[in-house]
Amino acid sequence: MSHVLAAAPSGTNADSIAVATIFWILAVISVGAALAMILVRRAVHCAIMLAVVMLCLATMYAMQGAPFLAFVQIIVYTGAVLMLFLFVIMLIGISSSDSVVETIKGQRAAAGLAGIGLFVILILSIGHAAIGPAARTTAANNVDNLTGLARLIFTTYVFPFEVTGALLITAAVGAMVLAHRERTTPKPTQRDLAARRLASGHLAPDPSPGVYALHDAADRPALLPDGSTSVLSVSQTLAPRDPNEETPPVRPELPAPAATEAES
Amino acid sequence: MSPIHYVALSVILFVIGGVGVLVRRNAIVVFMCIELMLNACNLAFVAFARMHGNLDGQVIAFFVMVVAAAEVVVGLAILMAIFRARRSASVDDANLLKY
Repeated sequence: MSHVLAAAPSGTNADSIAVATIFWILAVISVGAALAMILVRRAVHCAIMLAVVMLCLATMYAMQGAPFLAFVQIIVYTGAVLMLFLFVIMLIGISSSDSVVETIKGQRAAAGLAGIGLFVILILSIGHAAIGPAARTTAANNVDNLTGLARLIFTTYVFPFEVTGALLITAAVGAMVLAHRERTTPKPTQRDLAARRLASGHLAPDPSPGVYALHDAADRPALLPDGSTSVLSVSQTLAPRDPNEETPPVRPELPAPAATEAES
Repeated sequence: MSPIHYVALSVILFVIGGVGVLVRRNAIVVFMCIELMLNACNLAFVAFARMHGNLDGQVIAFFVMVVAAAEVVVGLAILMAIFRARRSASVDDANLLKY
């Protein structure tokens, strides 16, 4: 697999041109997606843009001879972490978009200036650093990528590996503790629910929308036996329509039997 | 491609993530920007590993991914606890300790 995915450092000229083309395409896509991520308002769009950046980075890992990291990036980041983000967006509310009001005066301009300053500092420092060309394949990386990584993780880095295991367990327990909601009132039993329903006055369940009405759409309130409409039957998120409003019938060959019932 | 290109790209992504952390108000988006910064660091690690011709940088990038996953789990759980208490995911509304 590593032969397929990894661009050999000592490749032919056509190989290097292909790698350069892919790099520039991916670089433009990832920077554009990252910029879009901090510019779009909706949190879901941010998550999708982040997924684009992560997939581009996974391809770049594969291009740099790190196929294991490429797959871990796709499986763990794009698969698990972003799904977690989307779950939390779903729980918190999909319409939670950012406010555009600046609470601190001039904060955006200051943040932009800080970003430019950080960019200049980092670019200067990597310009001064001696970042040479890619090393030729050596004894360290000419074995299979997975084998080499496993050898390093379980020999040199075995203690950090154990510590990350402890960290993951702690994080899982912490997430469970934080997400756990303590019940302040006892859970109502079936007997409590029955007593509450008897005390409320009407035993039967609420009529479903469209009962006795001319149409059975979900936004048509039910007609009660005396001909009045029941607002209880329509969901709060739907605006109830006039039950006698005439709409073009979907199947004209069928008569509307509900009309006679409603008038009688 | 020379590793310097990858390092420069990672610098750009890191700066974009940092600006996003400073600018955005929604705590989930702030978290996503932090993830972007961590990803940029990983890209630099992998590029340096290729430059030196060994796999240590890739191992470090792997550990960064593990720590980032743990951080996201705990951070999003904290976010949900705050949202449950204050009905808001904005970083401006969590200001009880301000004064």
